[in-house]
Amino acid sequence: MLLSNLGLLINAMLVSTPPLLLAGLGSCFSERSGVINIGIEGMMTIGAFVGAVVAYYTHNGWIGFFAGGLAGAVLGLLHSGVCISLHADQTIAGTAINFIGPGLAVFLCSAIFDGSTDTPALDPTWKLPKLFAGLFPAGSFGYNVFASYVVAYISFVLVIVCWFIFFKTRFGMRLRAAGEHPEACETLGINVYKVRYICVITSGFLSGLAGAFVTLATVSQFRPSVIVGQGFIAIAAVIFGKFTPQGTFLGCVIFGFCNGVRSLIGSSNIISPNLLSMIPYFVTILTLIFFVGAGHVPAANGKIFVRNK
Amino acid sequence: MKKKILDSAALYTIISILIGFLVGAILLLCIGISPAKAYAKLISGVFSKPKFIVYSIVYAAPLIFTGLSVAFSFRTGIFNIGAEGQYVVGSLAAVVVGILVPIPGPLHAIVCILAAALAGAAWGAIVGVLKVKKGINEVLSYIMFNWIAFYLSNYVVNIKAIHTDQGAEASKNILDSASIKMPKAIVQLTGCGDVHWGIVMAVVAAVLIWFLMSKTTLGYELRAVGFSKTASEYAGISVNRIFLLSMSISGLLAGLGGAVQTLGMAGRVSQFASQEQYGFQGITVALVGATHPIGCIFSGLFYGAMKYGGNKLTVVNVPTEVVNIIMGTIIIFISISHVFKAILQKALLKNGGNQ
Repeated sequence: MLLSNLGLLINAMLVSTPPLLLAGLGSCFSERSGVINIGIEGMMTIGAFVGAVVAYYTHNGWIGFFAGGLAGAVLGLLHSGVCISLHADQTIAGTAINFIGPGLAVFLCSAIFDGSTDTPALDPTWKLPKLFAGLFPAGSFGYNVFASYVVAYISFVLVIVCWFIFFKTRFGMRLRAAGEHPEACETLGINVYKVRYICVITSGFLSGLAGAFVTLATVSQFRPSVIVGQGFIAIAAVIFGKFTPQGTFLGCVIFGFCNGVRSLIGSSNIISPNLLSMIPYFVTILTLIFFVGAGHVPAANGKIFVRNK
Repeated sequence: MKKKILDSAALYTIISILIGFLVGAILLLCIGISPAKAYAKLISGVFSKPKFIVYSIVYAAPLIFTGLSVAFSFRTGIFNIGAEGQYVVGSLAAVVVGILVPIPGPLHAIVCILAAALAGAAWGAIVGVLKVKKGINEVLSYIMFNWIAFYLSNYVVNIKAIHTDQGAEASKNILDSASIKMPKAIVQLTGCGDVHWGIVMAVVAAVLIWFLMSKTTLGYELRAVGFSKTASEYAGISVNRIFLLSMSISGLLAGLGGAVQTLGMAGRVSQFASQEQYGFQGITVALVGATHPIGCIFSGLFYGAMKYGGNKLTVVNVPTEVVNIIMGTIIIFISISHVFKAILQKALLKNGGNQ
């Protein structure tokens, strides 16, 4: 009984953590390079929509998944062009992305599907595949823990990959430097614009993947409300994790864990589900107050950098 | 004269709005809808009857409040992405007092409004305390408190004493004494059943905020901190006190937005399925209004009209979301208005020779 509950808890975490984690890792790239990206939410929504539509027409979850990533990357390109080359206020541009992404998604959805704001439900075989799906009997501990979506495991591996890129590679050093002191970077011959473009587009791509994961794994169709709020939670997890991949991972797991607890206790109806739903947000704030404390924001974050000609 | 016009924010806002509609038109063409038909419906949906105009203004009232809230915070160097949550606790406080506390006549409405203001201010102040005392990034806590407000509201709506027995997923209706609807005569005159005092309150609030910001010592301090935190500290301004104050006032304004919407229009709080968006739309109102309190009145009216007119687009089979795309495009172009400014100045002032 305990073991199977634990299995269910881990399973719920494995479903709710990956989208936050993918988007959060993307956000790390952008913020660390010195560009605030408050538009993650919009990028996730367009990714969710494009992912669902492409999978619907190609009958292939993976193609949909990457198409969703590309759609997010296009918005990332828009954000980086406006913020980096045209020196727009990053918060304002991100706010615009949050209108354009969901707006465009629902607009195109009703154009393609005859006025409906939802895409048709996806056939289970068109969704993203699960790892070790046939090995364990349904409902067993092993099934709940190991037969989860492949992308969920990939997103965890990606944390290590990102950590390596950030702290062990030349590019990682440059991207962190671009976020702390762009002027110094330029004098050292680092192309700050290029580094930032790469980072912001990467953040769009990962956010798009995150959105596509929601429609191709969790929900199996696009609805205007599929993403609602998850992009902002991802940003919160990044700030919580002090803009590091490993810290972001911790933040996302806290949310994922609390979601798991909620779905377990929520079904038993002992406590109001609304009160339970507040837990992750309180836990985040309390953890910050008592354990993590104030974080260092990349110094050039949000500051407009104009290259000397 | 020419230079003065070229320097004004209004010019670039108008250009951005035009480009926004242009982009919307292109998108409509792409999906095979005549932009002329869509925009004609949008315009006639707002202007063809006096009743429609009044409705658009009614829609604007809460948006002006949340816009003011965000604009005010922007001016003091804070990005109030938490207006959403403050709006929600404001509406909740107003409705709870409106249902549970029987006070006679107009006094009841005033108490409800005060409760909403207090709730919004408190919601903002908590985030302020976390920032000032614990150094916690306010963007993070704002996002957290938006969701805490969301679930708090859904929780309270489902409490027995609050929940309606009419079979809806909503609270009871507020007592008549708490309503801020305008008198019957005005309802009949305008033909709008929902006309309420919210817009008057919003305009008064905007003027008060403008006065506070530009005519008082406190306003000077608030703006100074917005310009440069370190310089203000050096000048002897207590930056922490200013942050706390500004975040509380900002919350108060968003809370009032919740009050006017529930006491004037909805009369109750419904169970949310997704966020109300008034707070996020307030960010747009603030930006289109050039983060100026008086500007927010106009941008709030604009957004109110877009929202009200946009609702009618479905009648002619145009996706309502085109409004969001237009709004997003407008913000993008406002954010790069300095580029236009440079281009225009180069083109026009050079042609004028050495004036």
